[in-house]
Amino acid sequence: MTIGIDNLSEAAVPAAGSWAGHLAEWTARRLEPVVIGLGAILIGLVLFSLFILALGKSPLLLFQLMYTGGFASWFSIQNSLSRAAPLLLTALCVALPARLGLVVIGGEGALALGGVAAAAAALPLAHLLPPVPTLAGIALAAMLAGGIWIGCVGALRHYRGVNETISSLLMSYIAIAVMNQLIEGPLRDPASLNKPSTLPLPADYLIGPLPGMDVHWGFAIGIATCVLSYLLIETTTWGFAARVAGGNTRAAEVQGLPVGRLIVGFTALAGACAGLAGMIEVAAVQGSANGSLIAGYGYTGILVAFLARHNPLAIIPVAILIGGIDASGGLIQRRMGLPDATVLVLQGTLFVVILACETLYGRFKPFNPDLWKRDL
Amino acid sequence: MESTAIGLWGIPLAILAGAIRVSTPFIFVSLGETITERSGRINLGLEGTLVFGAMTAYAIAVVTGSPWLGVAGAMAAGASFGLIHGFICRWPKVNDIAIGIAMMQFGLGLAFFLGKPYIQPAAPHLPSIPFGFWSGLPQIQAALDINVLFLIGAALTFALRWVLANTRIGLTLRVVGDSTDAARAMGIDPHRVRLVATAVGGAFAAVGGAYLSLYYPGAWNEGISSGQGLMAVALVIFARWNPVGCFLAALLFGGAGALGPALQSVGVTSGYYLFYAAPYALTLVIMIATSSPNRPVPGMPGALSLTK
Repeated sequence: MTIGIDNLSEAAVPAAGSWAGHLAEWTARRLEPVVIGLGAILIGLVLFSLFILALGKSPLLLFQLMYTGGFASWFSIQNSLSRAAPLLLTALCVALPARLGLVVIGGEGALALGGVAAAAAALPLAHLLPPVPTLAGIALAAMLAGGIWIGCVGALRHYRGVNETISSLLMSYIAIAVMNQLIEGPLRDPASLNKPSTLPLPADYLIGPLPGMDVHWGFAIGIATCVLSYLLIETTTWGFAARVAGGNTRAAEVQGLPVGRLIVGFTALAGACAGLAGMIEVAAVQGSANGSLIAGYGYTGILVAFLARHNPLAIIPVAILIGGIDASGGLIQRRMGLPDATVLVLQGTLFVVILACETLYGRFKPFNPDLWKRDL
Repeated sequence: MESTAIGLWGIPLAILAGAIRVSTPFIFVSLGETITERSGRINLGLEGTLVFGAMTAYAIAVVTGSPWLGVAGAMAAGASFGLIHGFICRWPKVNDIAIGIAMMQFGLGLAFFLGKPYIQPAAPHLPSIPFGFWSGLPQIQAALDINVLFLIGAALTFALRWVLANTRIGLTLRVVGDSTDAARAMGIDPHRVRLVATAVGGAFAAVGGAYLSLYYPGAWNEGISSGQGLMAVALVIFARWNPVGCFLAALLFGGAGALGPALQSVGVTSGYYLFYAAPYALTLVIMIATSSPNRPVPGMPGALSLTK
């Protein structure tokens, strides 16, 4: 990422060598999102610093605390990674449909339903099976719940023309209400008095930490899901078909691509990812399904996906970064007397600036692959 | 709860009262979104504007002691949010739906940040007019105690309908919304019209927020909105971008939202959370019923891209 773009001036154009020409073309294509993305983050940080300065606080101290709280020690890194785990999966819930040009923002609801489905499936399964098959079973239940939920959003979009952004958010509110109804009613553990919860999972059925770390297995599952999603999008015909359908639905239909099945399939996969995030929260963090599942992971996932420009591999570093910023919220609150919503302001500022900077794509000559494609 | 005095009649009465109470923010947000969408742009960030308006109104009312100054401050804040949205969206390659989501998160974050000190203090409430003075029954008195913003919203509904249909401003807005090229041919700057329309829409949405914090529920906290800003966007589609339709749809939504509390007040408590989801389910059903995969929704402004 540290390749200086200034070196890529016309004088440095490699002569004749076609491999060098291809390399330059490839670099130009790949560098554009990195440079514009980092530039946008910089602008966002400057705007946020001005805001903090206007409040009479030091932005430098704030960024330092953000680093300390998120990444300075092994302890804080582990904390950041644990927080990144659900974000990896909820970001995929946005990034996968985005390949088809859909903006789905209902990950929060799919996560809640996934969590409840996991908790509901855990009790009968835990009586019958040892821990690992049980966990696989409840993961399947959670993914089915989330997948059906968001798959409906895709089906409504394709077969009824219902705007998927609004419908996914409405479905999210409905899902949270269903979750509350279930954990207050039929699935409630009578022993949970103040905070309604489902019956807790038996202790040896919980997802443990990764070897040698205080980070649960959910993080590894999230990374693996991101890599699999990347392979799905970039190396399979389905991923290619989805990209064609996202670019121009009419053209894809004329080509005979099954646009409807692609939309329902990708949205269902997206929902399955969010549902899996809910299962991990239940089986690795909470121990049961309860109101703490509604912690905003679904909404932060939207930010992560847009920051990563819906590239599943880019989601990994972005989720860790945002997880770290989230983790530092408490420290900032204690040391600087700023509200815990400070990180939300920073995230919101970054979100707006990064989307506004989409307008910069194609405006900088050195990034134009055609410049490098010339018969050198 | 003396609902025994009028028995089960308490339920429709409570739903009517609730419809008026709950619908007021919907009326303002949906009228604002109608203005914005009639200009050919969609602002999904009104949820953030609404919450920021609620915070601003409450904070100003606490500091100055005047709820109306709070409403004015909220309008200014909402207009600024609209200006930011409108300003960014005029750039090429920027997606107005995505910017709306980002502005929603930005508005929520900023409102929670700046609103922290105002969670505790109490602000003066907006006034209401007791139309139920003739009745001895407390339920009827409570139901007909109608807030002033509802009446203003009702008046604005018909004013907006008249402006859209009969004035030059309304014509300009409709032309820009139906065709950017036609507007240019008429010598209208579509960007400027959309900027103003988005700002006005933001100001309207912020008044809806001010109602939440200054009348019902009448306090500022971080959970003050339950998606009214977003449901209003769906409501505008259902209302076919028609102000009077928005008003009626808002009343319908308000009634659905009041169903849960009304049933609870007469002792029906099972399924409380599911009744709470009624307005969302109703919105979804209405969206499914009014959308179509092949043709645009009738009455939709031509330059609006709901399903890109």
